[in-house]
Amino acid sequence: MLQLEKVTTGYDRKAILNDISFTVGKGDLLGVIGPNGSGKTTLLKVMSKILPPWKGRVTLEGRGLDEIKYRELARRMAVVPQRMPELFFSYSVRDFILLGRTPYLRRFQLLEGEEDLRVVREVMEETDTLGLEERNLEDLSGGERQRTIIAQALAQEPEILLLDEPTSHLDIGHQVEILDLVRKLNREKKVMVIMVLHDLNLASEYCDRLILLKEGSIFKMGTPVEVLTYEIIEKVYNTLVIVHKNPISSKPHVLLVPEEERNSDRGLRRD
Amino acid sequence: MESKVGKWIGRLILLALILMAVSLLALSLGPAHVPLSKIFHPQGIESIILFKIRLPRIILGLVVGAALAVAGVIFQGMFRNPLVEPYTLGVSGGAALGVSLSVIAGFRILPLAGFLGALGAISLVYFIARRQGILKISMLLLTGVMISFIASAIILLIMSLAQEHQLHGILFWIMGSLEETNPSLIKLVSLIILIAIAISFLFSRVLNVLSLGEEEALHLGVNIERTKRTLFILGSLMAGVAVSVSGIIGFVGLLVPHFMRLLVGPDHRILLPTSCLAGGIFLVLSDTIARTVISPLELPVGVITGILGGSLFIYFLTKRTLKLGK
Repeated sequence: MLQLEKVTTGYDRKAILNDISFTVGKGDLLGVIGPNGSGKTTLLKVMSKILPPWKGRVTLEGRGLDEIKYRELARRMAVVPQRMPELFFSYSVRDFILLGRTPYLRRFQLLEGEEDLRVVREVMEETDTLGLEERNLEDLSGGERQRTIIAQALAQEPEILLLDEPTSHLDIGHQVEILDLVRKLNREKKVMVIMVLHDLNLASEYCDRLILLKEGSIFKMGTPVEVLTYEIIEKVYNTLVIVHKNPISSKPHVLLVPEEERNSDRGLRRD
Repeated sequence: MESKVGKWIGRLILLALILMAVSLLALSLGPAHVPLSKIFHPQGIESIILFKIRLPRIILGLVVGAALAVAGVIFQGMFRNPLVEPYTLGVSGGAALGVSLSVIAGFRILPLAGFLGALGAISLVYFIARRQGILKISMLLLTGVMISFIASAIILLIMSLAQEHQLHGILFWIMGSLEETNPSLIKLVSLIILIAIAISFLFSRVLNVLSLGEEEALHLGVNIERTKRTLFILGSLMAGVAVSVSGIIGFVGLLVPHFMRLLVGPDHRILLPTSCLAGGIFLVLSDTIARTVISPLELPVGVITGILGGSLFIYFLTKRTLKLGK
C-alpha cells in the first residue's frame, strides 16, 4: 500500500504540489491525468523518493520513504521514465535490461548471477524483447524502445510500477500494445501500477481509477466514469469537449471540438 | 554471460601481451641500442642503462598512462560526457600553478608542489560544486574549467615576471616528461596508482548504472552521492599523482577511453581494465618515440601523444562512426 498524506512539495522555493492525499492499494491500476504543468511528473518524483516532501509524508506499507534505503526501494518499486536515457555510446538491449538487476547485486558484485539471468530472460519473454537482445538501443523503433525500458523496470521484480507517459511518441498501435502489456502485468502479477497519461481516452480505457490534477491539487479522484465528465474536463482543461461512450468497453470517450465548429450552425447546443 | 567474460579475458590477454612487447621494445631502443637478445643477460654498462635508466622510465610510463586512462574512463562515465578528460576538473591547472610558484620560490621538490597544487584546485572545485550535501555534476564541470582558466592566467602572470632560468624550469615541467630518476618516488607513485585502479575496478558496474543518468541510478537503488564522491576522489587522486611526477601529458586520458570503447564496447567492467593496459601501452610507446626519433635529443612526450593519438583517433573516427554526444 502506497500512501500520500497531505504532501506538499516542489522545486527551489516554488511549490508544485499542494496538500495531496490518496492511497493506492495492492493490485490497483491508477492513472494520473491533468493539463501541462499540473504536477503529474512531480507527483511521480515524490512517490519514488527523487523529491522529498516539504510537508506531509509518503509511506509504503506504513513506513516513510525517508526510512527506506534506495536499494530496498528499488527492489519494490520500479520507475519507467518518459524516454530512454541519452548515452554517448551504444548499449545492447540485453545489457541495458541487465542493469535492472542492480538492486539485487551485492555491493561491488561485478557479474550478474544465474538467478539474475533467469529473471532477465523471463522479463524479455514477457515484453517480447528476446529478439532484440543484441541490437543497440539507438537502433530501436519507438515501440521497441518503450518495451525495453519496461523490461529493465520489470527486471527489478517490483511490486509497484510507476510510468511517466509511457505512450507519448508512439502511434496508436504501439500505444495499445504498451498499455495492454502494463495491464497484463497488473492483472496477472498483481503489480500496482501508477501511470501518468496525457491521453484522456487511453486513461479512460486502461485505468481502474483516475486522479485528475489541476494546478498542483487533486481536482477529482474516482473511476473514469466519475472523473471524465464534460463539466469537469472543461473546467480543468479550459476547452469544450463532448464525452461519449466507447460502444465496446462502455468507458467514457472524450471528443474535442475545434473553435470553428463551436460557433458554426452544426455546433454544439448543450441546453 | 560466460561467452562475454571469455571474450573479455581474451582481450585482456591480448593487451597484456602487447604491453610486454612494447616494454621490451622500449628497453631495447635508445641512444645506446641494446639488442633484444641481450636484454635478459645484460652486462656492465648495459645493465645500468637497462635497470637504472630505462626500466624506471618504462614503469613510470605504464603507471602514469594507466592512471590517466582510468581517470578518463571514470570522469567520462560519471559526467556522461565524451569530451571530459582527467585534467578538465582543474588537476593540471592546480599542479602547474603549484610548480610555477615553487620554481619562483626556489622550492626544490616539484612533485610535492605539483601534488599540493592539484589537491588545492580539486578541493576548491569540490567545495564550490557541493550544495547541501549534493555534488552537482554540471557545477563540478564548470567550476573545474573555470579554476583551470584562473590557474593558467596566474601561471602566465608568474611566467611574465620570472627570470629566464625559472621560465625554462616551468616550461619544461608543463610540457611533461617521464624522466624521473628517484626510485622511491616511482615506487610510491606506482603503489598509490595501482591501489586506486584496483578500487576503481570495483566500481565499474556502478559506473554502468551511473552512465544512464543520476535519476535512473537512484531508481536502480544506487547511493549516487556516495558513489560520485568516491569516484571523484579516486579519479582526481590518480590524475593528481600522475601529473605531479610527469607534468602535463595530454590526450592519454581523453583518447584511450574512446579507443577502447571502439574496441571492447562501453561496458565499464571491460572498458576500465583494458583502458588501464592501453593507457600504459600508449604512453610507453609515445615516450619511446619521443626519445628515439631525434636521438640523442628528446622531444616532449606530450608532442607525440598529441600528434600520434590525435591523428590515429581521427583515422578511426572516420573508419567507424563513434558517437560523440547526440
